[in-house]
Amino acid sequence: MRRTHPLIAAIALLTMGFLYLPLLGVAVFSVNAARRGVVWQGFTLDWYLKLLDNEWILAAAWNTLVLAVVSTLVATVLGTILAIGMDRFPWSKRSATGLDILLHIPVVIPDIILAAALVVAFGLLRLLSSIFEPGLFNMIIGHITFQIAFVALVVRSRLVAIGREVEEAARDLFADNWYLLRRVMLPLLLPGIVAGGMLAFTLSLDDFVISFFTAGPESQTLPLYIFAAVRRGVTPQIHALSTLVLLITIILVVATERLTRKG
Amino acid sequence: MSKLLVWYGELTTRRSLLERGALFLIPGMLWLVFFIVLPGLVLVGVSLATRGSYGQLEWQFTLESYKRLAGFSLFGWTADYLTILWRSVVVAFFTTLISVILSYPLCFFIAARPARSRYLWLTLVIIPFWTNMVIRTYAWFLILAPELPFARLAAYFGFIAEGAPLYPNAFAVYIGMVSMFLPFVALPLYASVERLDWTLVEAANDLYAGRTRVFTQAILPQTLPGLSVGIVLTFVPAMGMFVVPDLLGGAKYMLVGNLIQQQFGTSRDWPFGAAVSMALMVLTMISLQLYRRRSKEIAYV
Repeated sequence: MRRTHPLIAAIALLTMGFLYLPLLGVAVFSVNAARRGVVWQGFTLDWYLKLLDNEWILAAAWNTLVLAVVSTLVATVLGTILAIGMDRFPWSKRSATGLDILLHIPVVIPDIILAAALVVAFGLLRLLSSIFEPGLFNMIIGHITFQIAFVALVVRSRLVAIGREVEEAARDLFADNWYLLRRVMLPLLLPGIVAGGMLAFTLSLDDFVISFFTAGPESQTLPLYIFAAVRRGVTPQIHALSTLVLLITIILVVATERLTRKG
Repeated sequence: MSKLLVWYGELTTRRSLLERGALFLIPGMLWLVFFIVLPGLVLVGVSLATRGSYGQLEWQFTLESYKRLAGFSLFGWTADYLTILWRSVVVAFFTTLISVILSYPLCFFIAARPARSRYLWLTLVIIPFWTNMVIRTYAWFLILAPELPFARLAAYFGFIAEGAPLYPNAFAVYIGMVSMFLPFVALPLYASVERLDWTLVEAANDLYAGRTRVFTQAILPQTLPGLSVGIVLTFVPAMGMFVVPDLLGGAKYMLVGNLIQQQFGTSRDWPFGAAVSMALMVLTMISLQLYRRRSKEIAYV
């Protein structure tokens, strides 16, 4: 094991403190009894209990969950099929490069450009059907759009990793297309698909910009709620809400780590 | 009639193979074309359209929005919008630079931990990476509040008024941006630092290289792959960031992201918003191109 220079260790620890000080601050003040300000007045869980009485927050939490679950399911299916299509067939070099660029667009462009493009596209689609009014449906479409790319990239790297020997063996043993896909490929791919799905789910919870641009009045999510609340000032209730979201994030991150390290 | 071929144990023709492949590609590709490529083209179109007096779109070709962005208005030339674009590039640049400077010690520190606690430290860097940016920005609101030591210290030295919070200002934007993007640099950089070949560093030390030379000639070239990924992951989204400047920067410290959001929100000026988005897209393309050229050079070294 190498020694670290004390100065390097000090800077590193200060940097970690810089990352965590705000988050810890929010967590600490979420259990502070004081209604206003940052003076410590004793431990309480009242702010967490009050969250349960707040209809707006419950509705926002429900929307966040529906948005994340539905978009993740669709994106995982589409992304997995796309990854198989891109990796397992003899595409010419040119079309492979084209597909690759298309897949990387949502990964590399700033999300605000995708959001702006979706706003104008939904604006035109609204002329065709009122289903494209700002709201949960549009948000789900927006989330799927950036999730597909991430799922496809994760699943594709798994496809490359598992190689083709097993599939070739299955073919030699007279497996047909359907059997090969269902009984050979999918089981081998499963860790990759789960990892891709977890990534998509976290990305959806993490998103603010796409939701902010495509949301309607009835489709607040938790990040949108917090963003709007900040302008009215910081309150212990928002501390509690933020801490809860942070805890969920930590659980997701740790679970994903476990999964991918085994897989 | 196309020729038969054996494709991983399957006797087939190229044609039927590609047809089957297309079936796999079509759903996902249609989605991406329909919700990324077409909206992107529509955005280009809208940037060339005219805004009606009620904020509606009129399909009348004009370069008005781009002229406005370049500063030409009824009342002569102003640099307002160009300043915002330039400021976004500057903020993204310094955010990236500070994140890189802080990431090196952090990565070396983590890489030197014993194997067991190393994962714990790494997870500690990953958690902020995945925490919602609204929550992380919100958290700074609390820390920079007037009652807490940071704002008091700043007030004591006369940087801000007594009893005022440490926001909104440029300082708060940088604090927020660096804390937001530091994990984006640190994580890819760590992947390179972990694989570092220390014998080269020792060799440099044996040959009496100073600290600077050890870093620039033994450490930097080895960590360049991770570093360049980290720089792109930070610089590109930092240019388009709008949550942090919106909450911590206030109206006087607008970035291009806020300008775009304003046009699609309160101002309801889609053509101008689309034109600003195009400008951001061009800036993104330039930075990605620079990155690609650099990474090619690196590959040759």
